[in-house]
Amino acid sequence: MKKIATLQLVFTLLGGLVLLFIIAPLTGLFLSTTPHQIFNTAGEEEVTTSIWLTVITSVSGTIVFAFAAIPLAWILARKQFPMKKLVTGVIDLPVVIPHSAAGIALLGFISRDSLLGQAGSMVGLNFVGHPAGIAIAMAFVSIPYLINAARDGFAGVPERLEKAALTLGASPGRVFFTITLPLAWRNIVSGLIMMFARGMSEFGAVIVIAYHPMVTPVLIYERFGAFGLKYARPVAVLFILISLALFIFLRSLSKEKEGNRQ
Amino acid sequence: MVHIQLNKISKKYAGFELKEISISVSENDYFILLGESGAGKSMILETIAGLVWPDNGEILFRGTNITQQKIQQRKVGIVFQDHAIFPHLKVFDNIAYPLRSRKCEGLTIREMVTKIATQMGIAGLLDRRPATLSGGELQRVALARSLVQQPEILLLDEPLASLDTGLKTEIRALLREIHKQGQTIIHVTHDYEEALALGTRIAVVNKGKIIQEGSPEEVFHHPTSSFVAHFIGIRNFFRVKTFSDTLGMKAITEEGLIIQLPEECVVSEGFVLIRGEDIILSDEPVNSSATNTFRGTITEILPTPRGIEICVDTGTLFYALITHSSLNRMGLAEGGVVWIHFKATAARFIKI
Repeated sequence: MKKIATLQLVFTLLGGLVLLFIIAPLTGLFLSTTPHQIFNTAGEEEVTTSIWLTVITSVSGTIVFAFAAIPLAWILARKQFPMKKLVTGVIDLPVVIPHSAAGIALLGFISRDSLLGQAGSMVGLNFVGHPAGIAIAMAFVSIPYLINAARDGFAGVPERLEKAALTLGASPGRVFFTITLPLAWRNIVSGLIMMFARGMSEFGAVIVIAYHPMVTPVLIYERFGAFGLKYARPVAVLFILISLALFIFLRSLSKEKEGNRQ
Repeated sequence: MVHIQLNKISKKYAGFELKEISISVSENDYFILLGESGAGKSMILETIAGLVWPDNGEILFRGTNITQQKIQQRKVGIVFQDHAIFPHLKVFDNIAYPLRSRKCEGLTIREMVTKIATQMGIAGLLDRRPATLSGGELQRVALARSLVQQPEILLLDEPLASLDTGLKTEIRALLREIHKQGQTIIHVTHDYEEALALGTRIAVVNKGKIIQEGSPEEVFHHPTSSFVAHFIGIRNFFRVKTFSDTLGMKAITEEGLIIQLPEECVVSEGFVLIRGEDIILSDEPVNSSATNTFRGTITEILPTPRGIEICVDTGTLFYALITHSSLNRMGLAEGGVVWIHFKATAARFIKI
């Protein structure tokens, strides 16, 4: 009995240290910034433009890529094919490679001499230094979160329900949209939120593709480099607050939907 | 008239196979596929439904070959053991699902759903979420959802297995009612009591093969293989009518033998089952607490894996199961006269 108590004590202490490690720097950041500074920063056009740009590019990247990522997740959950393990590994690649390296790889892929770049030029679009390029960079590093969450969601839908729907006269398409997708929806939404949040906070890959227009993580870095910690802090605090608010809002939306279902 | 026929259906799948399954189900049959779990019964159902495609053989539906037909076009409804109710849809939308798949009109859908829900006794549950329903209610919803599309053949995969005893009786009565209205049913089960209580024909399935097919009487009285005999396990099996008199509940067999039953039985028709182990033999009449005592002649002595089976003709044939040592001690021989005894509580009554 005493042993368990001691063990619990040690674990609680260690756990507390980890929590402190996460909370302390953030609290420090907030404490050293006055509300006045935050309001002033929120009034700067450069800052608001960059926050809008960050949110919008991340949202569009998430939505556009979701159309292909969700079917892929379904295939991974339902079908067996040769080298499936390899494909699963490839999907996790963006998480494990350094994001600056990812940015450089992407730059080669979308620059003007590449196929995609040339296709873009034909409609007058140059991805490098363009919000579209930023969205691509964000999606590249954050898409594994969506694919993995959606795959788990699809895998959790009992195949028996799909079989039952087929015997009830539904076509495979109708089964997917009326049974499989709604039942996996919770996981998909949580994947979409993760992808969006991860995309918004991306710095390494984005800065290689586009220094301008400036997304907020780049803006924070630039202010830090040019003017120092004091000038970078308010933007950082503001961006964290907005990210948190968005994250909590989206989470509560998906929770509410879940509640309706029960 | 033959409703659906399977001709030499074979299928190999994940280390398991169906071997030349041939069955023929007539219109308004209540056809039971009886076998242990893993025998291949469910796979036969899924083949009929189109969820599994056979490697060989053909399925004829009123004489038309439907082996290659798409699932959606087959006129069968299937009810799974775990109900497979869609958890995100209300009861109404679950039942309306097949109608919407077939693009019925909204008004017709409402009418049809309400009608079938009333028949199944779940009209009050239409606005409920499946998570709030009991097992019996879910099974009724599953039946309603299959029946609303007016299937030619209703396939039931262990529909009673997940229900407790009280609910089983309830759903059995409902299935009997559905069958009475003319529905052809194919029902998969591992429970011989269920087979007796419901089936008009029984096919016994073992290791992917049909090993015996016939009426309940044929299969239970004349098992053609030791597997069937062992699986069913009960040789004393009599079609009876029950009645009550001053001494309690009684059953009368077709040969006119009267058997005392436990008190809780109801007046009805059905089967009486007595395990061979529960029958005691004596070489002269004795006064015992067993209320059923009959005099008879030994017609056969058979060694079986479970002991020695003594067949006693009392006008009705009884099979008693005794040990080798009892046989030697009593010096029983074919042609000898014995008395058989069993308690009223050893007689199980299954209502049909």
